[in-house]
Amino acid sequence: MADIELSNVKKSYGATDVIHGIDWHIADGEFVVIVGPSGCGKSTLLRMIAGLERITQGDIAIGGQVVNKLEPADRDIAMVFQNYALYPHMTVYKNMAYSLKIRGVGKQEIDRRVKQVAEILEIGDYLRRAPRQLSGGQRQRVAMGRAIVREPSVFLFDEPLSNLDAKLRVQMRLEIKRLQERLGITSVYVTHDQVEAMTLGHRLMVLNNGHVEQLGTPIDLYENPATQFVAGFIGSPSMNFLDATMGERGQSVNFAADASLGLSGDYSDHEGKTVTVGLRPEHLEIADPSQPHTSLNVQVVEHLGADTLVHGAFSQDALELTVRLKGVQSFSRNEVIPLSISPQNVHLFDKTTGQRL
Amino acid sequence: MLKRVHFGPSALPYLLVAPQIIITLIFFIWPASQALYQSLLIQDAFGLSTEFVWFENFKELFTDEHYFGAFKRTIIFSFSVAALSMGFALTLAAMADRVIKGATTYRTLLIWPYAVAPVLAGALWVFMLDPTLGIFTYMLGSFGYEWNHKLNGNEAMLLVIFASAWKQVAYNFLFFLAGMQAIPKSLIEAAAIDGAGPVRRFITIVFPLISPTTFFLLVLNVVYAFFETFGIVHTVTQGGPAKATEILVYKVFNDGFIGLDLGGSAAQSVILMLIVIVLTVVQFRYVERKVEYT
Ligand SMILES: Nc1ncnc2c1ncn2[C@@H]1O[C@H](COP(=O)(O)OP(=O)(O)O)[C@@H](O)[C@H]1O
Ligand SMILES: [Mg+2]
Repeated sequence: MADIELSNVKKSYGATDVIHGIDWHIADGEFVVIVGPSGCGKSTLLRMIAGLERITQGDIAIGGQVVNKLEPADRDIAMVFQNYALYPHMTVYKNMAYSLKIRGVGKQEIDRRVKQVAEILEIGDYLRRAPRQLSGGQRQRVAMGRAIVREPSVFLFDEPLSNLDAKLRVQMRLEIKRLQERLGITSVYVTHDQVEAMTLGHRLMVLNNGHVEQLGTPIDLYENPATQFVAGFIGSPSMNFLDATMGERGQSVNFAADASLGLSGDYSDHEGKTVTVGLRPEHLEIADPSQPHTSLNVQVVEHLGADTLVHGAFSQDALELTVRLKGVQSFSRNEVIPLSISPQNVHLFDKTTGQRL
Repeated sequence: MLKRVHFGPSALPYLLVAPQIIITLIFFIWPASQALYQSLLIQDAFGLSTEFVWFENFKELFTDEHYFGAFKRTIIFSFSVAALSMGFALTLAAMADRVIKGATTYRTLLIWPYAVAPVLAGALWVFMLDPTLGIFTYMLGSFGYEWNHKLNGNEAMLLVIFASAWKQVAYNFLFFLAGMQAIPKSLIEAAAIDGAGPVRRFITIVFPLISPTTFFLLVLNVVYAFFETFGIVHTVTQGGPAKATEILVYKVFNDGFIGLDLGGSAAQSVILMLIVIVLTVVQFRYVERKVEYT
């Protein structure tokens, strides 16, 4: 049981800065997720917490103790790797017992703990097998088991599910969440998959090019994205971004002569400014033609069963727009449908800085 | 139904394999068959009469105390060479595996000895340990140790072992390093997180995972020590003093070309051939077995 405190943590490889000063407090028992596109520095940050990479600048403290100079073994952490990193020449049992043996835990106690964890993860039948005799999902469980038997104060996960097929990934995701809730061990989870991030984390850190874009709960990030980057990263399909001009007294945004959206909130400072408007596909709805609305010229329709994705052109400038509608709906190409969105679901971003207005 | 690939009546495939076949015939099959034939003959010392004696030469060998002496010596020699060169190469590789800066320079330097011809490798060590002029002899002398491999059989043996092992270190090093670098880094990191220090990681993770390489090199080094160390022995000790360093390959040469016992010498080379065949079979059977890193 421990909290983690990052203070101005930086990492450079030679002259290349990879992590640009991160401050973050992760509470005891919290499940946090670091999410961002590939190459943004997620693994590097996690590996600094693990002690596998040197910290260029700043401090990392685990359970109140600064661990900058401690070996990974002395940080009381366990890590699950993307490729599982199971010892190929040892049986599942030995893989799980390895760290306990090194720590000098007695044979009977090792046996008790390995068997107990194997039962939780339902890998009891494979204890005598070598890792290569297991399927991907089973290996994944063994990797988790190896981390759990240690009873560490912190769990670190580096994209542990990305080598699994889609169905198994969803199943294991739920299992990891249950397990973390049951054990209550502070966990830091790295992924590039925003769905994984949203479903698993109590809190998320969105990382972009080694900078923190936003910290917050999944709902926070979804409802109030701090930057255009976060807005585009969270949610699937991605938010639509359209250039527009702020109308009179900042009460509306105008796309072209024929299209504008009303706003809620006070944007009077921004009158006349060019902004980026963010509209989530799922927030757009078919309007009552007698009410004020805008129009979409349908181009492509994708049926997902539960939802229908409509891609079309919007306003005279033919801006591309994706709309997600509930259920099965049919439209023909070039059909014009009336659309509306409630004003509180319209996100505005500064066109140059990408910051939320 | 099995489908067969049919080649047209073209001479090209035969032409393409011809050089290899000709070389094999001239330099391997022909001498080997000659040795096989010779081993069944007894020729008098002047080459005047030759008699076909079936396995008489082999029978004689198996009752020859000197032959068994040479056999035992060769086994001690081979395993010492293999152990010494592999042990040293393994240590170097383990260290090189951790080096990040200047790794290429380090590797290149370590590979040089392999380019040295056996005769030169021998000559190098003879110079360094010459009983009167050698620099190492001088250094040992200052510790009060009198080195003279021309008189002391054990010292002579040590010297050929060192010279032979030294030459093989580079080769072993390359294989060990390649083996170690094929181990995924995350395995080592997982072990580090599990609490294993560098030595423990080496013993429990790295060494078991490179065991196919180790086995491959063991066979290779034994073959090397059995058959390719002639040049070194010839320059360093000529099998002496008092046959103390007369290993099997050298005995073949000694008995055949110096002692002119062609039949006995041919019989010895046939036995060596059998040994190399057995070692090669063992090699191929186990090289197939690869560790899967998952
Ligand atoms: N050992 C290294 N030397 C130099 N650059 C590195 C090294 N490791 C990672 N990087 C760089 O750091 C950045 C972040 O890498 P990483 O943390 O692995 O990204 P992520 O896990 O988010 O995909 C990348 O641009 C990568 O090229
Ligand atoms: Mg990564």
